[in-house]
Amino acid sequence: MPSETEIYSGLTEIFHDLFLRDTITLKSTSSAADIDGWDSFKQIEIVLAAESRWGIRFSTRELDGLGCVGDLVRVIAAKAG
Amino acid sequence: MELHWLPILQDWRQRLRTLPEDPEEAWRAAIGLAQVRLDFVATNALDEAVRRLEPNGPTAVRLAVLGSCTTTHLLPAIRVGAMRRGIQVEVFEPDYGGWLQALSDPRSDLHRFAPTAILFCLDAHDLTAGVRADMDDAAATAELAGVVARIQAGWRLARAAFRCPILHQAALPVHPPLLGCNEHRLAGSRAHFITRLNAMLRDLADAEGVDILAADVRAARDGISRWHDPGLWHRAKQEIALPAAPLFGDLVGRWLAAIGGRSFKCLVLDLDNTLWGGVIGDDGMEGIAIGQGSALGEAHAAFQAYARDLARRGVILAVCSKNDLANALEPFENHPDMVLRRDDIACFVANWTDKPANLRAIAEALNIGLDALVFADDNPFERELVRRELPMVAVPELGDDPALYATIIAEAGYFDTIAVTAEDRERTGLYRANQAREASREATTDLDAYLRGLEMRLVWRRFDAVGVPRIAQLINKSNQFNLTTRRYAEQDVRAVMAENRAFGLQLRLLDRFGDNGVIAIVIGRLAGAGDLEIDTWLMSCRVLGRQVEQATLTVIAEQARALGAGRLVGLYVPSAKNGMVRDHYARLGFQVGAAGAGGGHRATMDIPSQVPAPDFVTIITG
Repeated sequence: MPSETEIYSGLTEIFHDLFLRDTITLKSTSSAADIDGWDSFKQIEIVLAAESRWGIRFSTRELDGLGCVGDLVRVIAAKAG
Repeated sequence: MELHWLPILQDWRQRLRTLPEDPEEAWRAAIGLAQVRLDFVATNALDEAVRRLEPNGPTAVRLAVLGSCTTTHLLPAIRVGAMRRGIQVEVFEPDYGGWLQALSDPRSDLHRFAPTAILFCLDAHDLTAGVRADMDDAAATAELAGVVARIQAGWRLARAAFRCPILHQAALPVHPPLLGCNEHRLAGSRAHFITRLNAMLRDLADAEGVDILAADVRAARDGISRWHDPGLWHRAKQEIALPAAPLFGDLVGRWLAAIGGRSFKCLVLDLDNTLWGGVIGDDGMEGIAIGQGSALGEAHAAFQAYARDLARRGVILAVCSKNDLANALEPFENHPDMVLRRDDIACFVANWTDKPANLRAIAEALNIGLDALVFADDNPFERELVRRELPMVAVPELGDDPALYATIIAEAGYFDTIAVTAEDRERTGLYRANQAREASREATTDLDAYLRGLEMRLVWRRFDAVGVPRIAQLINKSNQFNLTTRRYAEQDVRAVMAENRAFGLQLRLLDRFGDNGVIAIVIGRLAGAGDLEIDTWLMSCRVLGRQVEQATLTVIAEQARALGAGRLVGLYVPSAKNGMVRDHYARLGFQVGAAGAGGGHRATMDIPSQVPAPDFVTIITG
């Protein structure tokens, strides 16, 4: 099971590639409002990239419940094991 | 699903972030970064990086994507798929779901965009909106006719307005079955409706001059769940899932290349362990694996059959092999199980020159561009050298299982073509008639830089008990790079180990690509008056041209000096197969004596007090 630190560093790499901005730092409270360009389209890319990185699949219900980076990390931690 | 025929580039992310600032250089670098195994994240990142730089590519296509559902997420992959082929594409999509209106209205943004190519992406949900499970045959057939007529009208509108090539994506089989295996008996089945529609569209496309993007066939090979995710459909109306986008974009890129006359034309084949199993020069006609008798032989024969079928439909075949020409030709002329024959090969090159130089010669002899060549070789060293020296040549990641070679080359789509002509069916013959190959030419390959980056390590040790079987095997099977072709059994090898006036060396080569195994065997023996005679020196032809010979000489000289020798004596004993090492000692700087009986010779070299270290190979005592 990946540690929380590993999940954050993996997600940070995903964000850097998806937004092509290496200055983004993620906090558990980071949400679409904090990161320029994080729209519903990017949200799908983030989830798909996380799915492929950790070999998991988010259910429709889990996707509907995602509000901030902390939510994402919790689902990944629970599923990737 | 991934672009498995493309190589992985370790420092890709770093290179993306350091694209050159000069637009033309940036574009060239970006093409290189596109020719790598990319997932959708990397694909989108590359597209974004290139768009920020606004590089000026050499070719500009204006492609309109007319979709009934979300296609925005596919556009970066389309641009990168074209970039991979050196084509710069500007992509336009009308407002969501508004393709018919945009086509019909001469004042629309689509008309202002004036596309030079058009892609229709009509989703299976939209196409089956009028289908009900309780329909009878007549109603379903009428509905189908209506949908086909609507698509045909769209094609004709597009053709009349823009007079440009049209590509139509076949509908994806996204619907779960209602009846099961015999779904075709349910007239009102949406799944079956899509199957019928795709068949009708293919016939109609031929009549209307429209090309088909066979997403349905790809989905059948990959599994529909790799192409379509019902969750994504509900969330974002993405019929084609984002992870499939890189492949989808590559399929569009292939079409753009084909209509622009930029498809690859020639498949250049390595021989040993590519067309047959084993090494013809060492294993001989009886020893190579081809045809019935082993799974390996059948796998190679199946790959040859695929290459032959490509030739029959217009792809030119060439051979580029590190071999003596006579050895390389023999299976083509005399082996009963060979599928490919000499006549199938338009240009046949077998020598010991480096492969980039030979590929240049092949392109010149066939009078086609280097960018028309696909180079198929099982050896990662050769693949990497060609990629580095000739980035315009396509080099698929063949791997080491010949059972997969045909699939890998087919899935890479190098030879994707939109039509076949009578001339295609005779092409190899035409090219063969046109060209007479000259002797190998001056190479301009920058081998040194490549070799330096290979991180070669030559690990040597004396003969030891555990190595005896392999040592004896190499001594008895190596024919080509074998100076004396003296055969020794296992007990002879053990005897060398016991001699204190002799040494036996086994040398292993490691490099960036991994462990090449034991690649050289040397036996040296004191022969009086301070001479060390090299009784046996044999090497694997796989490592030729990598300065491993010089590095091996360094090891020999050090070992000889340790025994008290002041001079090395090399022997060349000619055989039917070892012509390639006739000048071996001369090349290494030995003084070659007069030819003796049968054409053999002795060569000598004084051992310097300090034996110079080789440039590119680190010598390690194992």
